[in-house]
Amino acid sequence: MGAIYILWLRELKRYVRSRVQVAASLAQPCLYLFAFGFGFGAVFRQAGRGSYLQFMAPGVVAMTVLFSAVFSGIAMLWDRQFGFLKETLVAPVSRLQIMIGRTLGGATVAIIQGTIVLGVCLLAGFRPQSWLALPGAFLFLFLIALVFAALGTALGSAIKDMQGFQIVMNFLVMPIYFLSGALFPLDNQKMGMRIANQIDPLSYGVDGLRGMLTNVWHFTPSTNLTVLTVVAGAFLLLGAYLFSKIEV
Amino acid sequence: MISVRNLVRRFGDFTAVKEISFDVAQGEIFAFLGPNGAGKSTTIKMLTTLLRPTSGSIQLDGMDPNVHQKEARQRFGIVFQDPSLDQEQTAWENMELHGILYHVPRKVRATRIEFLLKTFELWERKDSLVKTFSGGMKRRLEIARGLLHTPKILFLDEPTLGLDPQSRNQLWTHVKALNETEKTTVFLTTHYMDEAEKIAHRIAIMDHGAIIAQGTSAELKQQTSTDSLEAAFLALTGSSLRDESADAKAGLRQMAQMWRR
Repeated sequence: MGAIYILWLRELKRYVRSRVQVAASLAQPCLYLFAFGFGFGAVFRQAGRGSYLQFMAPGVVAMTVLFSAVFSGIAMLWDRQFGFLKETLVAPVSRLQIMIGRTLGGATVAIIQGTIVLGVCLLAGFRPQSWLALPGAFLFLFLIALVFAALGTALGSAIKDMQGFQIVMNFLVMPIYFLSGALFPLDNQKMGMRIANQIDPLSYGVDGLRGMLTNVWHFTPSTNLTVLTVVAGAFLLLGAYLFSKIEV
Repeated sequence: MISVRNLVRRFGDFTAVKEISFDVAQGEIFAFLGPNGAGKSTTIKMLTTLLRPTSGSIQLDGMDPNVHQKEARQRFGIVFQDPSLDQEQTAWENMELHGILYHVPRKVRATRIEFLLKTFELWERKDSLVKTFSGGMKRRLEIARGLLHTPKILFLDEPTLGLDPQSRNQLWTHVKALNETEKTTVFLTTHYMDEAEKIAHRIAIMDHGAIIAQGTSAELKQQTSTDSLEAAFLALTGSSLRDESADAKAGLRQMAQMWRR
């Protein structure tokens, strides 16, 4: 237990201490929020779908959580580079505990980031259907964070250099984001798009978050919960397996 | 304390360590000398559970580190060839984290951290981030950290690489003092003959994966009829250069090995 706690705490400390990084990582979602949120607003309203800001705000929150969670997993590359990873890998604690501590730390940081961006959305004029919906929204926030922190850990264990990191960002994380319905509604899509949406685990996270906050659902709440839970479990297992295979 | 018999490690068709055997007694300081790519680091990795031997046996404090991994890890401290500190945390936090990972009880932890940081002259900087430390300070902190859980054996893999003579000297003074007061067995590798001569009770010379000689510094000199350890070393290993590419190749092989699995 001590090992999980201290590694979780380490992720948090790193986050709090790197203020520049915090600001930089919040800038991107804010850009999306303002550029798209206001830019597409007029078209969206003409199409009879109401406020685009209201629609996309949950998507931007989900995006923040996705990026932050995957990043913190891949930050393992730095720990590998600077050697700290070795210190934890020769300690007399199981790799599983180390992996869980790191992953929960990454998930916690992602939730904090998501909460901040949700705050920014509120400032920009986003309004949830009811303040009582917030706990439910946070449940989805937590699940998204867990799914992608676990994926980040798996990726961080498998890739060994910065090139690999670029490939992952461009060919995995960005598609996960764009195909998730964070920016556009999932209904009435063509077959190919529909399949892509359904494969993308973030779709269920975005839908859950949006459903809770604005009461617009594409899937059902129970589908979202089930898929996210199962995927989180699968990614945690994969992460634990790949982490246990790291050689130093 | 350490007993190794016919230890072998292969990477594909390349044999990095060939049938080596040696013993290190409790409280002894034992040095491994050898040119680049001789297999020193591979040996340390096998001794410290980071790499599985292809064949042969290892006993640390009467225990096989590959069978009783956690128990073995609790019994040794290690300072790696490359740094392994968390740069973004303070010296104290690095020690605290290590203490928790190694199950050092809370009360003991605080006093032991204070004692070690004072011994290694880092107490004044305990709340500074490690990234602000000099190379020598980082090394001292790593050694202090390695000793935090009162290990029976301390492994030092080229701990003085890249340090100035003052830092090297100071570092060895501390290590020697702790070896005497806490009876910690020390297993080290180094390139610096003078260090090995000054600090080690016994020395093994390794080349091309095999131990080609071992004994006290005096014995090695006598064996080769030379008058310095450096001359003895050169007489034993020859004076041809082992370029760094040996290391790079070994690294590639290791990588290839990893992907094949």
